[in-house]
Amino acid sequence: MGYFINTINKSGTVAVDDTILVKDVPATAGSRMLENFKPLFSAEAVERLEKAGYVIAGKANVGEFGLDLAGETSYFEPVTENGCIKGAAAELVAKGEIKAAIGVDLNGAPRRAAALSGVDFIKPTYGTVSRYGIISCAASGEQVGVYASSAADIKDILGVIAGHDSKDGTSLPQEKYEYSLDEDVSSMKVCIIAELYEKADGDTKAKIDAYAEKIKSLGATVETVSLDCVEQAQTAWQILMAAETCNNVSRFDGVKYGYRTPEYKNIDELYVKSRTEAFGFLTKATVIYGSDVLSKGRYENCYDKALRIRRVVCDKVKAILASYDAILTPVCGKTEYKPYDALGAFEKVYEESVFTAIPSITGLPALSAKGVQLIADSFKESVLLSIAHGVERTEA
Amino acid sequence: MKYELVIGLETHVELSTDSKLFCSCGGHSSPKEPNDCVCPACSGMPGMLPVTNKHAIELAVKAGFMLNCKINQYTTFDKKSYYYPDLPCAYQITQWFNPICVDGCVDLGERKIGIKQIHVEEDAGKLVHDEATNTSFVDFNRTSVPLIEIVSRPDFRSADEVITYLKKLKSSLQFAGISECEEGAMRCDVNISVRPEGSNELGVRSEIKNMSSLSEIKDAIEFEKVRHVDAIERHTEMLVQETRRWDDVKRRTFPMRNKETAADYRYFPDPNLMPIVIDDEWLEEIRASMPATAEEKAGHYEEMGIAAKEAGVLASDRKLSDTFDKVVAMGCNAKTAASWILTECMGQMKRLELTSLEIEPAKLARIIELVEGGEITRAAGKKVLSAVFENDVDVDAYCEENSLSAKIDNSFILETVCKVIAENGKAVEDYKNGKVKAMQSLFGCVMKELRGNGSPDVIREMLEAELNK
Ligand SMILES: [Zn+2]
Repeated sequence: MGYFINTINKSGTVAVDDTILVKDVPATAGSRMLENFKPLFSAEAVERLEKAGYVIAGKANVGEFGLDLAGETSYFEPVTENGCIKGAAAELVAKGEIKAAIGVDLNGAPRRAAALSGVDFIKPTYGTVSRYGIISCAASGEQVGVYASSAADIKDILGVIAGHDSKDGTSLPQEKYEYSLDEDVSSMKVCIIAELYEKADGDTKAKIDAYAEKIKSLGATVETVSLDCVEQAQTAWQILMAAETCNNVSRFDGVKYGYRTPEYKNIDELYVKSRTEAFGFLTKATVIYGSDVLSKGRYENCYDKALRIRRVVCDKVKAILASYDAILTPVCGKTEYKPYDALGAFEKVYEESVFTAIPSITGLPALSAKGVQLIADSFKESVLLSIAHGVERTEA
Repeated sequence: MKYELVIGLETHVELSTDSKLFCSCGGHSSPKEPNDCVCPACSGMPGMLPVTNKHAIELAVKAGFMLNCKINQYTTFDKKSYYYPDLPCAYQITQWFNPICVDGCVDLGERKIGIKQIHVEEDAGKLVHDEATNTSFVDFNRTSVPLIEIVSRPDFRSADEVITYLKKLKSSLQFAGISECEEGAMRCDVNISVRPEGSNELGVRSEIKNMSSLSEIKDAIEFEKVRHVDAIERHTEMLVQETRRWDDVKRRTFPMRNKETAADYRYFPDPNLMPIVIDDEWLEEIRASMPATAEEKAGHYEEMGIAAKEAGVLASDRKLSDTFDKVVAMGCNAKTAASWILTECMGQMKRLELTSLEIEPAKLARIIELVEGGEITRAAGKKVLSAVFENDVDVDAYCEENSLSAKIDNSFILETVCKVIAENGKAVEDYKNGKVKAMQSLFGCVMKELRGNGSPDVIREMLEAELNK
C-alpha cells in the first residue's frame, strides 16, 4: 500500500477521493488550504457504502479541489507518471490495490484519469447521487461517480450510493436506482460526434474506431453525427464551473479553519496572504476567471450567456439521444501527456475539456471505459454499462 | 424655496421560525452563549448543503399578503459574495433575481406607500471586538437566521410618515405571527434625498445604513434634510451619492468608508437550491392560515354582542384578542369574558405595569367558570386572578388553600351569624326597632368574619331568619 494520502483501513476495498469527506479523517482536497482539516461528518455516499458492508481503505490523492483536469496540481504529491498524480484513485484501481473508488467529477478529471490508467469511471446522471459531504466546487454539474476495473463492479457500487437524500437540495426524488448489465446491445444505435472525433490525434482516433468495431460486433449500429456546439459547451462549462468554484472556495479564507498565514496586520492582509500562500496556481486562475465572469457589466455576456448556452446544448444533445442510445467520443485528445507548467496550466486544462464538457454541462451520464467515453440520456446508465460489459466480454 | 423630502426604506425583519433558514439550528430566540447555536452548515464548513426552511417561505408569503403584494409563485435564491469574518461562506444567500413578493402597498390613511418587493435572505453573524487584547471574536449564532427585507418605493415625504409606517409594519408583522419584531430585530436602511417642492426630479441620494431605533431614524432624517438643503441653498458642501451612518453621540450622520460600499456583490443564482414553486394549493393554504385583521375581528366581536368600543380594544391587541378567542372557545360567555379581560385583567396589567397580557387562557376561563357557577364570589375571583398574575398559581389549588369556596358549610355560616348577633346587641336592637340599615351593618360583619366567602343570598336569608326568631 502506502499510496493513500490517508490510510483508513488496510483491509478495505474502496478508496475515496480526497474531495469527499470521511468523518474524522483529514480531507485536504489536494490543497494546502485544508492541510489539517478534519471533517465532523461523512459524505452520504460514504455512509451508504459503509452501511452496505464496504470497508473504506483510504483517501486517494486528487488535483487541487478536483479542478485540475489532468490531476497534476495536488499540493501533497508532485506529478510522477503519465496523466496521474501519485496515489490517485484511477491508478490505485489499475494497480489492483483496491477494487473500486468513488470520486467527484466536476470537470471530467476522473473520466480522463481512468482513461489514461486503463480503468473505468462513471459519472451518473446529475441528482442521482447525493453531493452531501463533498468539498463542492461547481454545484450545478459536479457528481459523485465510481472508479472500477469492470462494468460489473461499477454497477454494484453505483447501486449502493445512488438514491434520494433529503440533505441535498439537488438530489432527485427517486429513492433507489436499479442498474443492469443485460440490456440488449444488439438493437442499439450508437453515434460518434464528428466534431470531437476530429479533434483527437491518430492514436485516439484508432481507439475510437476499434471500440466502434467491437460495438458493431455485438450487433449494434454505429454512425457519425454532427453536433455544432461542442466548443460553446466547453466555454460555457468553463465559465459556469469557474464562477461557482470561485464562490465556493471563497469560504476558505483563513478565518475559521484551514491554513492561516502566520503574520498579518489586519483582516484584509489575513485574507490575501492566507489565500495567496495556500492556493495553487490553477485554483488562483480559476478564482480570478470566476470573479470576472460574475462581475458587474460582465454577468450578462458571460455567466448569464453560459446559462443560456447550457440550455441550447442540452436541447441539441437530447435531440441526438432521441435517435441514438449512446454517443461515443474520446475522453481526451491524446494517449500520452507531458506534465504542464504553471503558466500554461489554465489554458491547457481548458483546451482538453472539450471532450469532457458535454456530460458536465448537461448533467447526462457518461462512462469512461477502455479509453473512450460513452454518453447516454438521463437515467440510462444501464445502457452505458451494458455496452461496456458487452465489449469487455468480446475481449475476454 | 420650499423643499420636500423623498425617502425610501429597506427594512430587515427577523422571521419567527423555530430553525434557521438553511439548517436545523434553532432560530432567532434560542442562543444564549456565543456560538451556542451553530452547525457545520451555518459555520461554512465544506460538505454541507443548504436545505430551505419551508416555514420561512410561508412567513414571507404571509408578509406579502399583509402588505398587499403580488406573490411570485416561482421564486429563486441567489448568492451575494463579499468577504467579512462574520459571513462564514463569504457569500450570503438572498433573492436577487426573483424575489418572493412584489408590488404591494401600505395604507397610511392619507397616503399610500408602495412596496417594491419583499425578499428572503439569511442574516450574518456578529463580530465582537475586545479592546483590551485588540482581538476580534466571531459569533455565528445569528448566521443564517431568516430575514425578510421589505423594500419600499421612495414614497415617504416626511420623517413622521416613516415612523407611522414602521409602527404599522411592526404591529402587522407581530399580529400575523410573522416576526416578533423585538428590540433591534427590525433594522432599516434609509434612502433620502431632497428636491424643490413640485419637482419631479430626484435629488442626490444618501443612504443611512442599519438604523433600529425609531427616534434615531427620525433624528437622522431631520439632520439629513437640513444638510441637503444647506448644500443646495448655501453650497456648504458638494452632495454626492453615498452611504452614511448615524452617530447617536454626535447627533449627526457621517459618510462610511468608501471601501465598505464600493463592493461588486457578483450575484448569481444558487445552484444548490432548486427554484421554489408555490402552487395554488400551497398558496391558498397559507392564505387560509392568515389571522383575521383587526377590523375583521372587531366586527366579529360586535356580532357576538360586545359593544363597539370594547370590541375595538380587544381586536387591536393580539394578546388580548388571542386570550379572548381562547377563553370563549373554552365555553365562557363572550360578554363575561370581555368584561373580565378588559376590566379585571387590564386592571392587573396596570397595577403590575405590564405592557402585554400574559395569562394562560385556561386559567382565566376556570376563574370565570367558578364565579359564574357561584362556586366562588366575584371578589374571590379577583383575588385568584391577582394571584395568577403575580405567581401564576393553580386556580383550583389556590381556592382550596385559601378556603375561597362560596359553598362553605351552612352550619358554619349559621354559627357565624349567631356569633355576630350575640356580639352586636345594639345593631340587633336597632333592627328590631325598624332600622332597616342595621341589617346591612350586621350582614357586613358576617361577611367580614367569613372573609368574603359564602353565598350572600344564603347569609342574608339566615341572618333574617335568626333576627326574626
Ligand atoms: Zn446551523
